[in-house]
Amino acid sequence: MSGHDSKYFSTTKKGEIPELKEELNSQYKDKKKDAVKKVIAAMTVGKDVSSLFTDVVNCMQTENLELKKLVYLYLINYAKSQPDLAILAVNTFVKDSQDPNPLIRALAVRTMGCIRVDKITEYLCDPLQRCLKDDDPYVRKTAAICVAKLYDINAELVEDRGFLDTLKDLISDNNPMVVANAVAALAEIQETSTRPIFEITSHTLTKLLTALNECTEWGQVFILDALSRYKAADAREAENIVERVTPRLQHANCAVVLSAVKMILQQMELITSTDVVRNLCKKMAPPLVTLLSAEPEIQYVALRNINLIVQKRPTILAHEIKVFFCKYNDPIYVKMEKLEIMIKLASDRNIDQVLLEFKEYATEVDVDFVRKAVRAIGRCAIKLERAAERCISVLLELIKIKVNYVVQEAIIVIKDIFRRYPNTYESIIATLCESLDTLDEPEAKASMIWIIGEYAERIDNADELLESFLESFPEEPAMVQLQLLTATVKLFLKKPTEGPQQMIQVVLNNATVETDNPDLRDRAYIYWRLLSTDPEAAKDVVLAEKPVIGDDSNSIESSLLDELLANIPTLSSVYHKPPEAFVSRAKSTSARPDDEEYTDAVETSYSEWPSSSVDSAAVTSTSSPVAHSVAHSVAKQPGQVAAAPTPTSPPAPVPDLLGDLIGLDNTLIPVDQPAAPSGPPLPILLPTSTGQGLQISAQLVRRDGQIFYSLLFENSSQMVLDGFMIQFNKNTLGLAAAGQLQVAPLQPGASARTLLPMVAFQNISAGPPNTLLQVAVKNNQQPVWYFNDKLSLHIFFSEDGRMERANFLETWKSLPDSNEVTKDLPGAIIHNMDATVEHLAEANVFFVAKRRNANKEILYMSAKGPRGVPLLIELTGSVGVPGLNCAVKTPSPEVAPLFFEAMDTLLK
Amino acid sequence: MPVAASAIYFLNLRGDVLINRLYRDDVGGNMVDAFRMHIMQTKELGTCPVRQIGGCSFFYMRISNVYIVIVVSSNANVACAFKFVVEAVALFKSYFGGAFDEDAIRNNFVLIYELLDEIMDFGYPQNLSPEILKLYITQEGVRSPFSSKTSDKAVPNATLQVTGAVGWRREGLAYKKNEVFLDIVESVNLLMSSKGSVLRCDVTGKILMKCFLSGMPDLKLGLNDKIGLEKESQLKSRPMKSGKTIELDDVTFHQCVNLTRFNSEKTVSFVPPDGEFELMKYRITEGVNLPFRVLPTIKELGRTRLEVNVKVKSVFGAKMFALGVVVKVPVPKQTAKTSFQVTSGRAKYNASIDCLVWKIRKFPGQTEATMSAEVELISTMAEKKPWTRPPIQMEFQVPMFTASGLRVRFLKVWEKSGYNTVEWVRYITKAGSYEIRC
Repeated sequence: MSGHDSKYFSTTKKGEIPELKEELNSQYKDKKKDAVKKVIAAMTVGKDVSSLFTDVVNCMQTENLELKKLVYLYLINYAKSQPDLAILAVNTFVKDSQDPNPLIRALAVRTMGCIRVDKITEYLCDPLQRCLKDDDPYVRKTAAICVAKLYDINAELVEDRGFLDTLKDLISDNNPMVVANAVAALAEIQETSTRPIFEITSHTLTKLLTALNECTEWGQVFILDALSRYKAADAREAENIVERVTPRLQHANCAVVLSAVKMILQQMELITSTDVVRNLCKKMAPPLVTLLSAEPEIQYVALRNINLIVQKRPTILAHEIKVFFCKYNDPIYVKMEKLEIMIKLASDRNIDQVLLEFKEYATEVDVDFVRKAVRAIGRCAIKLERAAERCISVLLELIKIKVNYVVQEAIIVIKDIFRRYPNTYESIIATLCESLDTLDEPEAKASMIWIIGEYAERIDNADELLESFLESFPEEPAMVQLQLLTATVKLFLKKPTEGPQQMIQVVLNNATVETDNPDLRDRAYIYWRLLSTDPEAAKDVVLAEKPVIGDDSNSIESSLLDELLANIPTLSSVYHKPPEAFVSRAKSTSARPDDEEYTDAVETSYSEWPSSSVDSAAVTSTSSPVAHSVAHSVAKQPGQVAAAPTPTSPPAPVPDLLGDLIGLDNTLIPVDQPAAPSGPPLPILLPTSTGQGLQISAQLVRRDGQIFYSLLFENSSQMVLDGFMIQFNKNTLGLAAAGQLQVAPLQPGASARTLLPMVAFQNISAGPPNTLLQVAVKNNQQPVWYFNDKLSLHIFFSEDGRMERANFLETWKSLPDSNEVTKDLPGAIIHNMDATVEHLAEANVFFVAKRRNANKEILYMSAKGPRGVPLLIELTGSVGVPGLNCAVKTPSPEVAPLFFEAMDTLLK
Repeated sequence: MPVAASAIYFLNLRGDVLINRLYRDDVGGNMVDAFRMHIMQTKELGTCPVRQIGGCSFFYMRISNVYIVIVVSSNANVACAFKFVVEAVALFKSYFGGAFDEDAIRNNFVLIYELLDEIMDFGYPQNLSPEILKLYITQEGVRSPFSSKTSDKAVPNATLQVTGAVGWRREGLAYKKNEVFLDIVESVNLLMSSKGSVLRCDVTGKILMKCFLSGMPDLKLGLNDKIGLEKESQLKSRPMKSGKTIELDDVTFHQCVNLTRFNSEKTVSFVPPDGEFELMKYRITEGVNLPFRVLPTIKELGRTRLEVNVKVKSVFGAKMFALGVVVKVPVPKQTAKTSFQVTSGRAKYNASIDCLVWKIRKFPGQTEATMSAEVELISTMAEKKPWTRPPIQMEFQVPMFTASGLRVRFLKVWEKSGYNTVEWVRYITKAGSYEIRC
């Protein structure tokens, strides 16, 4: 049977829509049907045929089921864009839902549920109610899913109409497919609801396990997935469940097998008998291996899941490493995953075989795969101490082939092997040095330089080798520059002869004067300072013993691993990320502050660059007494500071915000976050155009006696933005963040509002007071954004600023006249005396007294400013006339300019 | 959540939409553009079948010249999604008479939409059995039993069968001659090192069944596998018959097989679907009889010449023979000239796959054949990288031979009418990935 529908795609462009309109209204059934097919064909290729809505809907009342289905398909696509016209279809739907033919009844309910138009939803309830109790199981199974659809559109309606209870009754239906769909619907509703709706008791458990036998393959998946949430009461119950589930491992459907594996793994946690556990492990291995003969895409899903499973229970596949050997024609994504699992399963027993395989892979064509194979050898060396020597000899053999990228990758892993087994394999350095001039990748270069620096005393011509790199120093990437700097210092400390001394001058000069990379510059200054102060201390710091690195190929942290295993075989288990990390809609069960950390761990699963971080840590470590004394001596000896080009940025007129960001890391303290409020629109400080799609609006606010920075982030870029951080530059009032900025990952098109608690007098800037507040915001995806906000003194006015009249007078008198500052506020106005007084009181500026003098009102008010400084205020002006004279008398008159700004804002 | 899809797209290789069906509201209608832009038009294509772009995830598979793309925004069940695609394609093939490609889709788009509406609801896969769906979803709308009021009787029957416990077989079938055809098809996968040691070797077999049986028959299949035989002798409390038994590493069954019963009694019992289906799959790693041994020697004589010598020995019974034997010996890209000597079959150089292809139409058992070839290479300056020596690959089919030694011992058919059935059994062993490193 082969159709000839392709003709419907070939329509004349000209006058298409009117032509179709005419055909749709044709009295001939066949012509009508052909026209609808053309409409669907046009819809498929992306043409807008929504203007034909009425004409298509008119074809709905037909005996012809095929035509009806086409019209319904059209409705699903366009009802949302034509909600008013969609109501035309309701009658037919309702009528169809009572048709004698169960297929039509089901079709009507199924389609209505897909039309997300409020008016239609209202009419869906009665037919749905009927269909849930229909005699025909086909209608019931369709209605069961429809409840989930309706819940997605209008949860309240579903609860009000009691559909949930009817749905729960369907779990006891005598038809297995109705049961399966009801379970699927309930499980989905439960997922979006916070209330317990679908709780699995031991009673439902038994019932569903029995239904399992009779379900379709998909039904088995629904049921197994729902049941995996069940927590067995004890080991015995767990064993019983497992016994019922294990036969599913023999199913031909991979989804059934993986869901069964998930369920067994979860129940195994409770099972105490080691025999039973061992037996189960034995039973699970063959089905998992069988998945590897499925389609490559399914193999990929299986391999990502097996990766998790072997981390949890390495015994399951311990003897099956051979099945993960790569076939020459496997797709690259399958090969990569197999390699990853091979590393995890490598042991002293099978390492020889594994190494032979890796070596074979290292000569294949695909560069990425070859690199990963080479790296895999290194990881095995780090993981298996007894096999390390064999691994290294394989690496050396590979280096001898002299394929450029193999050599570079080998050098990168050998650096890690040196870190893992210090003073063991250094004899191979000579071989490595032979390939020195072929290195062209930053990471390989940096690794080689690190090796030279670290073992400078054993390499006779270390100085020559390093010197060969120095010529191109300015052109090298930062990673290589940093290593060159450190390696040269190491060389100098180990061989303080003339050659290295000249080299170090060149490097330090390059790294301080010629560079604009702050990391490089700072590291160079620290070395410089160390070397010029106390070379012995420098030795202690730079040549300090490094901690030995370990094998972290089983890198997923155990609580995350458990969560991922509970999500077999969903996206979460494929990405190796918890669902919240990539699903915006998911109800987040727990907030994970360290989210970022383990996704990183998964992605790179290996310390990519241990040496540089350790070296720099040793240098910057403040707990080391040497570093401390160095810092001390720097402070004491200004002469020396002057000798070297001045490193610390002097108080510049425009402060270096980046410098401050580095210096003030300790102000980022996590604090419980108040709920994000909604309020009046905030001023936009970073417009979309400058923020590459990110818009930030923010304002300082005072709530319940505390200062907050109210922020609104709007993401109109194409990517998810996360990892937001904020930093404030030094400012007159020393405002700084009192906690971390808590913004959930921002989906494209989403916005987030947050209140950031602030503290004052943390980082006060010197110089005359001004209202400038410089803010820097960064996230993981974009560069750092800088913007300016205005400080407003009135947010500092505390609630206890009210003064009694007598007290006011007394204070006023006690202060010298020099403490009184006056200013005209031309923009300020009092429209209504009472309203103004009230308005000011809200801002914590309190009324004390008033008097009249020559058509002018004089108001006396009090407030309490920052650090409890009293502010005595005299406002002079006429009601309704713009322009006020404001005088303030206070023990610290330097805040006056800020105060006037604040009053100006308040009285606008 | 067992949701498998929010939307499904069929695209041709250019990225034109052939079919699109939205099942859920959580993904936008234009997500396919993101797929085109971020996957189809980049090097990403083929590097990973599961990808996240923005808030959505894409799963895709290529089938002939069509990409089937599933879009989700929730934590969907990926295994379910891919399996759904595989089964849906099988279903479409069964409807279109075998082919599934761009033309077939364009020619049947109405039918595909109809099927897509039926086999998945709100992202949950429903019944995908071709047998049952063909009852009420037909190519020509007029043939539908519901278009005319007269045949309304068939309707409740159809719906009961879709949802019934035996959702894969319809009732009331009648055949004049009741026949069952069993095909045991085995693929041998081999990876041999250049020194002739077996690195990995396994057999994946499947039992394909073609049933033309009346009524609702109960079938029971007996194989010569160790566990099944042991259990049987235990149940009947009589000693095990001697003879060759084999150990199955793993078996998976079609959904018609009663798994609980298999688990407890180790018997394969089932009510089969009508027509052709895959009853079971199995895997064996122990005691595999390799049908061919390959002994290659490839010598690099200087920079411009290769000497290739391949000896192939057949090690199955002398009365049997293999068909369609192909040996592919890889040679470097810069091959210029080749000359061959073969004891049987024909050999030539295929430049598009950089291989010497040696074909032998019929290869009797217990014999051997050799090919020796001289290969001349163009010497180029830019050959920095030595030749990677990909493995030799081999294709063949050996009828009436099973590499695993599996045999069907019996197939019993019970039906209440008690008719007699004729059973036919065939065996064939094919090459899976049969690779010999050189």
